[in-house]
Amino acid sequence: MSDLTVWGITIALGIGTFLLRYSFLGLVGGRQLPAWALRHLRYTAVAVLPALVVPMVVWPAATGGQPDPARLIAAAATVAVGMLNRGNALWTILGGMGALYLGLWLIG
Amino acid sequence: MSTAVPRSAFWQGFRESLPYVLTIVPFALLFGVVSMEAGLDLPQTMGMSILVIAGASQFAAVQMMAEHAPALIIIITALAVNLRMAMYSAALTPDLGKAKIWQRAVISYVMVDQCYALAAQEYQRRPARPVPEKVGYFFGSATAICPIWIVMTLVGALFGQAIPAGFAIDFAVPVTFLAMIAPMLRSLPHLVAAFVAITVALLCAWMPHNAGLFPAAIAGMIAGAETERRMARLQAPEIRR
Repeated sequence: MSDLTVWGITIALGIGTFLLRYSFLGLVGGRQLPAWALRHLRYTAVAVLPALVVPMVVWPAATGGQPDPARLIAAAATVAVGMLNRGNALWTILGGMGALYLGLWLIG
Repeated sequence: MSTAVPRSAFWQGFRESLPYVLTIVPFALLFGVVSMEAGLDLPQTMGMSILVIAGASQFAAVQMMAEHAPALIIIITALAVNLRMAMYSAALTPDLGKAKIWQRAVISYVMVDQCYALAAQEYQRRPARPVPEKVGYFFGSATAICPIWIVMTLVGALFGQAIPAGFAIDFAVPVTFLAMIAPMLRSLPHLVAAFVAITVALLCAWMPHNAGLFPAAIAGMIAGAETERRMARLQAPEIRR
């Protein structure tokens, strides 16, 4: 990917993200969104992020797209640790990567 | 008094945000590492953390850059990840809509998940506070959180190359995403949204350039919203939404 493309994407994302954040606060003013729209917006992150992450977990690039038991177990462990400790991201990430190393070491 | 009070609101926001700084640090460090790993150089990595300041979308963008996805797909995907911020913007408007235009622009630039969540809690606790104090609170919160994002990205980018190849750093991206998702799974509608999105993503995995993301995300959003609507109707039949 060329440097120009990377910068183009970055600037587009910067402007686009700012406009999303500025949308109601800056442009729409006092008008409220309809309840159904807010209800759908509430679930964007929790729908988009899993959809994004699932192919990376099931068909990881590092194994040439072959499903890998160690990575599947590590993913499950990450979610489990994250749900148990409620928001301490450091422990969740360490737990997930720890489970991966353990799995790679045991399974190979 | 009118000048002293927003200052105290500023420091209140700053203080109350400090515990959340710890949740930012690992993501920012990893973003620096992963971005350099994906082939971006130092200015590009820092450019993204400074211009975008939205962790999940940054991870999505550099991951797809490494996979050489088309630029338009990358932009749409990363902005889809950030759609929730339009909701934050709408939710803050009753409290901050009357602030000065430059203040609203600055708040929009620094409107990250943590600052939004803290400010929303504060405005709920004290809805009658004057607007300048509400602005002061948000500025204080952002001052505690956003510079850390940028500085820790730099640290990760500079020292990430010292991580040896055996550490399977490729998997840091999905682990990071999962660490962001897990705390969101706090209610049945959220669980349903995630489950439906995952199912559709697996069914649509044959589509090129991760395009299966879009039907999966839309199905997940609808499933979450619909579950919430039905649960609300079950709990309070007289309130129709």
